[in-house]
Amino acid sequence: MMPAPPDSDPSAGWTPNQPIVRLVDVHKSFGTFEVLKGVSFDVRQGEVICIIGPSGSGKSTLIRCVNALVPVTAGSILVEGIEVTDPRLDKLALRRKVGMVFQQYNLFPHKTALQNVMMAPIHVLGQDRREVEARARALLAKVRLAGKEDAYPGELSGGQQQRVAIARSLAMRPDVMLFDEVTAALDPETVKEVLVTIRELAEEGMTCMLVTHEMNFARDVADHIYFTDRGVIVEHGPPATFFASAQDERTRRFLSQVL
Amino acid sequence: MSASDRTGLRADVRPESCPTDLPVLLPFALAEGHPPARLRPVHGWLLCGVAVVTFPAWAQGAAVAPSPLDVVIKWAPLLLTGFAFNVAISLMAMAIGTFAGIGLGLAMLAEGVVLRRIAWSITQVFRNVPWLVLLFFVMFLVPFQVTVFGLRVPLPDWVKATFGFSLPVMANVAEIVRGAVRSVPNTQWEAAESLAFTRRQTLWRIILPQCAKRMLPPWMNVYALIAMATVQASIVGVTEMLTLTAQVHAAEGGRPELFAPLYGFAMLCFFLYCYPIDRLTAVLERRFETR
Repeated sequence: MMPAPPDSDPSAGWTPNQPIVRLVDVHKSFGTFEVLKGVSFDVRQGEVICIIGPSGSGKSTLIRCVNALVPVTAGSILVEGIEVTDPRLDKLALRRKVGMVFQQYNLFPHKTALQNVMMAPIHVLGQDRREVEARARALLAKVRLAGKEDAYPGELSGGQQQRVAIARSLAMRPDVMLFDEVTAALDPETVKEVLVTIRELAEEGMTCMLVTHEMNFARDVADHIYFTDRGVIVEHGPPATFFASAQDERTRRFLSQVL
Repeated sequence: MSASDRTGLRADVRPESCPTDLPVLLPFALAEGHPPARLRPVHGWLLCGVAVVTFPAWAQGAAVAPSPLDVVIKWAPLLLTGFAFNVAISLMAMAIGTFAGIGLGLAMLAEGVVLRRIAWSITQVFRNVPWLVLLFFVMFLVPFQVTVFGLRVPLPDWVKATFGFSLPVMANVAEIVRGAVRSVPNTQWEAAESLAFTRRQTLWRIILPQCAKRMLPPWMNVYALIAMATVQASIVGVTEMLTLTAQVHAAEGGRPELFAPLYGFAMLCFFLYCYPIDRLTAVLERRFETR
């Protein structure tokens, strides 16, 4: 991998036939507690990967390391050739390439759905307001929220808020989308509408990394599944083989509990 | 009538575990039907009216002297001019203090440790010393005039008092800003961060607009306090309502029976000014709480 010169596009040396996200021996400790104990894997462009595992196994921490919300303790993370662990990392440049959706939606409560979607492209990317508005309306329609443009987050259901959050993230035209247990806080009947949205994204070729508890969804949508436990990847594989013939005892115990 | 009725204790709150009829052994609970006392502006008028009306009765001995009510009416325009100074000092101190306080509060939230520590120290100092001491400091440390680019700018006492009062306002506003920003969930910062907003953009576009409403009631509270505190300026000789009241009292020969009507008038003015602010603060507090 070519080291990027400091004042040019940091991903200049990256080509789409290389992994879009590459984790190499990532370690993360909170105080003396080691959450990630050496995690390595690659995500190729257009690939959808799901990270599953018991609570507290470091799934969320892992996904948050990818857009530098959580600094890693050791190891290397490359996103389109940008070294995320570089202390001189341009976090803003990284985050323009990586979108993130959270468990608790985290919409801005003082802004309408449309404003939530428009804010970042206008203020962060400095794009033209009219062009952004047209795009934002199209995105809200795409997540089936046409007509809710002027609703405030407090007036929307959890599932609707989460779809606004997805639209908000997509408005930045990211290359990779991170989904951190995005259906965990939703009512069962609204889970589906969010999953349908994510599935459409995946089918359009968006690179997606999902932390999820929805095993059936993972089986349907993922190209590759990673099972984590106590800070390491215990087992991984394409869904067909992963769910049918898990080798490790821990994986089998987990799957027998959740399926 | 049972014992618990007479004492205002409710029998239904008596736990099973204390089989007693002795009221002293029962857990304390307020009887229902006694709403907390609440003042309305009309009560203020009544109180002061009673004071003004009853005190002439004391003044029977001095038959030739004008009645206390006449004295108050005669001097009211002057006293109200003094009150206008109190209002002006409080408004200006509030404006300066708010401006400086927002800056200080944001400095307390800065990323740089040094700036944060300095701002924190300043806030603590000015929040935890008596306002009167701050006032003395400013009155005696600030010169009566300053020279800016060869231009002499006089600093009258009331201007210096305004600076003196703006210091505690600044510290309290800083604390309000810091507390309000801290009250916004961390997830809002995370969401903004993941959308590549800078820290400054996050603060001004996302965090502060959310907590502006939350800051309003405590900010108005600070104003009501500072408005009442402006009478302390009389101690350092600033011409304001309390100073003028004392002077009027002296001018009327210092008759003891004038004491209550004159100072009662000052009380009335402050009460009528501050009580509505207090009520409005309470209303806003309730409204923002439910949303």
